[in-house]
Amino acid sequence: MFWKSTYNEFIKIAAKPRSYIGLAAITALVSVILFAMKVDGLAYISFITASFEQTLSFQGNVLNGNLMAFIILQTLIIQIPLLVALVTGDLVSGEADMGSLRMLATKPISRTQLLLSKFLAGNAYTLIILLWLGVMALGFGWLLFGSGDMMILKSNGLVILQSDDVLWRFLSGFVIAYLALVTIATLSITLSCFTDNSIGPIVTTMAIIILFTIIGTLDVPVFDSIRPLLFTTHMASWRSFFDDPVPKQDIINSVVVLVVHIVALLGIALFKFNKKDILS
Amino acid sequence: MAQLNNMSEKIVEVKKLAKQFGKLTAVEDVSFDVYRGDVFGFLGPNGAGKSTTIRAMLSLITPSAGEIFLFGRELHKNRSYILSKIGCIVEKPDFYKYLSAEKNLEIFARISGSTVSKSKIHEMIEFVGLKGREKDKVGHFSHGMKQRLGIAQTILHDPDLIILDEPNTGLDPQGSIDIRNLILQLKNERNKTILLSSHILSEIEIIANRMVIIAKGRSVVQGNVAELLNKQDLIVYFEVDQTEKARQIISQKSQATVIGDIENNVIQLQIAHQDIPQINHWLTENGVKVYGIDSKRKLEDYFLKLVGKDVLEKHV
Repeated sequence: MFWKSTYNEFIKIAAKPRSYIGLAAITALVSVILFAMKVDGLAYISFITASFEQTLSFQGNVLNGNLMAFIILQTLIIQIPLLVALVTGDLVSGEADMGSLRMLATKPISRTQLLLSKFLAGNAYTLIILLWLGVMALGFGWLLFGSGDMMILKSNGLVILQSDDVLWRFLSGFVIAYLALVTIATLSITLSCFTDNSIGPIVTTMAIIILFTIIGTLDVPVFDSIRPLLFTTHMASWRSFFDDPVPKQDIINSVVVLVVHIVALLGIALFKFNKKDILS
Repeated sequence: MAQLNNMSEKIVEVKKLAKQFGKLTAVEDVSFDVYRGDVFGFLGPNGAGKSTTIRAMLSLITPSAGEIFLFGRELHKNRSYILSKIGCIVEKPDFYKYLSAEKNLEIFARISGSTVSKSKIHEMIEFVGLKGREKDKVGHFSHGMKQRLGIAQTILHDPDLIILDEPNTGLDPQGSIDIRNLILQLKNERNKTILLSSHILSEIEIIANRMVIIAKGRSVVQGNVAELLNKQDLIVYFEVDQTEKARQIISQKSQATVIGDIENNVIQLQIAHQDIPQINHWLTENGVKVYGIDSKRKLEDYFLKLVGKDVLEKHV
């Protein structure tokens, strides 16, 4: 019954027009960035490397697909949660709003299985969104700009990575980014269990992300103790794979915080959904 | 609560059900039984607690008090088993508007607890008169078509019990007749037990063999519809020109009980249905002019008192 229900959820997500907004938005945004870089990329690189040009000489294809993918991911990783929440935040409340949740809940599938099937399907959608971002960023980046050594400007200096040392970092980075997006998806599904309003969980998810991001970036001592516990602090951990050496402990910490969030939020969602009076 | 029962397998047993939403008491004390083969009318005005009771029976809401047994098992402990044997429409069938009728049925069939073949889905679509529209998106369907599709969805997995919550709401007269005929087909051709909620007495009278009336969250009377709506026991109103003379004639010539006069020269009698023409004849042959005859069953009168005149005037 669980797998049949999960299959149902895939079909519903695939048939909903809003599910394609994310894919279309990623396609449009990546295309715009790639076009801009193709036209004015060298000027952009000169601007970034201006402070190093007196001490360092850059040779070869600096403006390559690897750098493009990194820039794109760094730029869009803030917007992707919205695209994910747009679909996952609607999975329970949207059905409650529409009335179909009432029909689903009168079927002989347990509410736990019903919610877990939505969770699984929502995470599959999240994976598709991320994979599409990866294909667009890396695939089209390589196609238009070719490969090459990767030069990344970080707050503590310039990191240069060999071209054959980059792919595994992207793949590992995608895994962490996926974990961060699953956290967002779980948050929005949890919020979705608390209301019968389709838009509320989506807006609330974004509001929480914005609030936590602000708390995370405000350099105020009062937030020092909670900052490491906020999931938003760890959403950009994928970038750690592009440090040299890779800070393994930091990455493990991020994974733990994100997984704890996912488990806790899913637990809250299951508790609420099982107790919920379906009145819509 | 008054009760008249026939004795066969009890499929539904609701005992002293209550449900509160915060300070609001939606259902206070509802009890009734449904037997195999019944078309059971669940009658009450809007807001009486019908939908709340049905939601509790389908585990959509958790009761505050009381017990619900279906197929001899306690609902809370046997939810999946029980729901696999029920097909239902609660309030109205809300399908996925962006999917076709066929896809919608496939979705609900997959989690119905039974294996439902494509041919069965097509058979049900044909049964409810939607053949040729199965590929159309439900968003393009009229309310009546959605109700028909809803009925197809309830019977896909061949359930033993069908629960229909106000299936005629929002339908035009022809749509109501179509749905009524479908319900009767389910009863007569497929031998289903049906629980049908309604706030319209005449609808229950036509379809149901047993019923319960609930008002203000309480079950008031339960029993056999024919006995509750006993045609031997009518309240008949004669509008005449001389009420006193009419009263004397009726007292001398018949066993009818004169309940009393009401305004505008109308006298109120409790008589058998077949006695109406005879009394009319006695009155006219003795020079009393009869301007009008109206009748109401006692239960109708009772129901009117329970639910309020405005409701009955709108629907009966």
